[in-house]
Amino acid sequence: MSQPKTIFEKIWDKHVVKHADGYPHAVFIDRHFIHEVTSPQAFDGLRKRGIGVFNVSRTTATADHNVPTKDQHLPIKEALSRHQVETLRKNCAEFGVELYDLGHPFQGIVHIIGPELGLTLPGMTIVCGDSHTSTHGAFGNVAFGIGTSEVEQVLATQCILQYKPKTMKIEINGKLGKGVVSKDIILYIISKISASGATGYFVEYAGDAIRNLSMEARMTICNMSIEMGARGGLIAPDETTFNYIKGRKFAPQGAAFDKAVEEWKKLKTDADAKYDTVLTFDAADIAPMITYGTNPGMGMKVTDRIPTANELKEINEQVSFKKSLDYMGLEQGSQLLGKAIDYVFIGSCTNARIEDLREVAAMVKGKKKASGVEVWVVPGSKQVQEQAKKEGLDKIFEEAGFELREPGCSACLGMNEDKIPAGKYCISTSNRNFEGRQGPKSRTFLASPLSAAAAAITGRVTDVREFEKQ
Amino acid sequence: MSKEKFITLKSTAVPIAVENIDTDQIIPARFLKATTREGFGDNLFRDWRYDSNNAPVSDFPLNNSAYTGKILVAGKNFGCGSSREHAAWAIYDHGFRVVVSSFFADIFRNNALNNALLPVVVSDQFLNELLETIQANPKNEITVDLENQAISFNGKKESFDINAYKKTCLMNGYDDIDYLLSLNNEIREFDKEHA
Repeated sequence: MSQPKTIFEKIWDKHVVKHADGYPHAVFIDRHFIHEVTSPQAFDGLRKRGIGVFNVSRTTATADHNVPTKDQHLPIKEALSRHQVETLRKNCAEFGVELYDLGHPFQGIVHIIGPELGLTLPGMTIVCGDSHTSTHGAFGNVAFGIGTSEVEQVLATQCILQYKPKTMKIEINGKLGKGVVSKDIILYIISKISASGATGYFVEYAGDAIRNLSMEARMTICNMSIEMGARGGLIAPDETTFNYIKGRKFAPQGAAFDKAVEEWKKLKTDADAKYDTVLTFDAADIAPMITYGTNPGMGMKVTDRIPTANELKEINEQVSFKKSLDYMGLEQGSQLLGKAIDYVFIGSCTNARIEDLREVAAMVKGKKKASGVEVWVVPGSKQVQEQAKKEGLDKIFEEAGFELREPGCSACLGMNEDKIPAGKYCISTSNRNFEGRQGPKSRTFLASPLSAAAAAITGRVTDVREFEKQ
Repeated sequence: MSKEKFITLKSTAVPIAVENIDTDQIIPARFLKATTREGFGDNLFRDWRYDSNNAPVSDFPLNNSAYTGKILVAGKNFGCGSSREHAAWAIYDHGFRVVVSSFFADIFRNNALNNALLPVVVSDQFLNELLETIQANPKNEITVDLENQAISFNGKKESFDINAYKKTCLMNGYDDIDYLLSLNNEIREFDKEHA
């Protein structure tokens, strides 16, 4: 009998085209997503070498990072942004790559559209010049972010040179408490193991608390794998996965689908397979989470107080810790609960799927946002936007005073027009609270869509469990 | 396509004694709009280097004329966050050829290696001593010897790991695509079998 393997190893090993002595693995890539920011220099590289794209049917492009989320039918106002999106257009036309451009019914954040179009499937290798490519791992595939030189490698050869990462299993068992959702699970894990705790590893999330999650919720977890340094994170596929994929535009259909499911069912870790590291957490210990600092590892239960420098394990961390709190304008040892906020951002590849918008709408229906708070709801894709309208969520948001915008990365990264002003506090469903991430000197509290929605109504950092009692 | 070759480097260094420096600090997203690889150095550490009025922040090491050289020395978990290769380009474009830290994020390390920028991983203790030494005497020179995989200053020396393949690439100015293109026939075959 062959050596027992983890699901990660099964997929990885199957995609190694060549492993020559002294060389990294040449890994075949089934699906390549590209966007306007990290691809132009890669296409230039192809031109310089005088070569084309290896297999255009394996590459899909969209415009997301640099696009406005208002008046998308008009030309992009900012010249450099417009140039970058136009460059993507030209490159895709010249090299024959399918582009879901602004205005296309499939346009959206690259990690939202792949799954919703059925381009993301179990067992695949998937890359994109974006660190949140780990999102796709929710379908039981090996998906990870790459740099532009690697984008060029994949365009040129459909392969990437990589060393095989170590494997880590993170198991969450038990039942989640009220008001606790998948965003809280991943913020909790990162707060426990730090922003570098999984560097060098590929993570598999397991346990019944993970198994019981919807595909949307699983994507939120895999999405933030990179925030603990992991190369990627995946969840073995099951009936929830297959049901989500069934009937999607580019997924196998009919008999081909049934045949594919039979193969996908084999994608699980063998009983005796060994991981390099195993971590286990109890779902009952997880509460609604919030970050207080400037990396995603600086998170806590919303009812906790911020630690003091003296409570840190390593003396070396103290300088960075103080710098971080200074940036955030927060005191050591203080509580965030009740802290007034200025902005609420519900969006990004972490939490801008239809399920996220439904949860928010259900919570705020018939309520009004607090005065002085600006609330942006930015759907992850054109399809999410249309679906939200079809379900009447747009009306609920409008009545609540929330602004429903057009799809894009928006205020997640302070690159497009949507920025949080200097010094302002934003409770955000995105993935990073780095200094300036949402705009120069902006201050970010990462939280779940539920916590963000509750804060939008109260105008303060709120324990969603208390909010729901009202 | 050939890149600049790296063999050994003797240089003074610039210390940034902060941990978890993410790629949004190295190059903020609003400066990622160029469609070429050049010119990112001007905005390296933009929001730490300049205040909101675009005036240089005097105590930031890159603005301190005492600190010069081609080596950047930084705290643990350098380059975490976004996969933007622009971070490696910005550091290189600014004139650095080596980054020393006690821990690098994966994607940044790959991006650096793909751009003739050498990431050198040292022990926490060596890093602390190095930072203190540079801060005490910015004229102190550091030697990074890739062939022998050693970094030294003031009689202190530590060896560092680097993958043999990447070392060969750096020393000869090779890049990964040259190698992958040589596998073209095998990859075509694989693609057909996995259609």
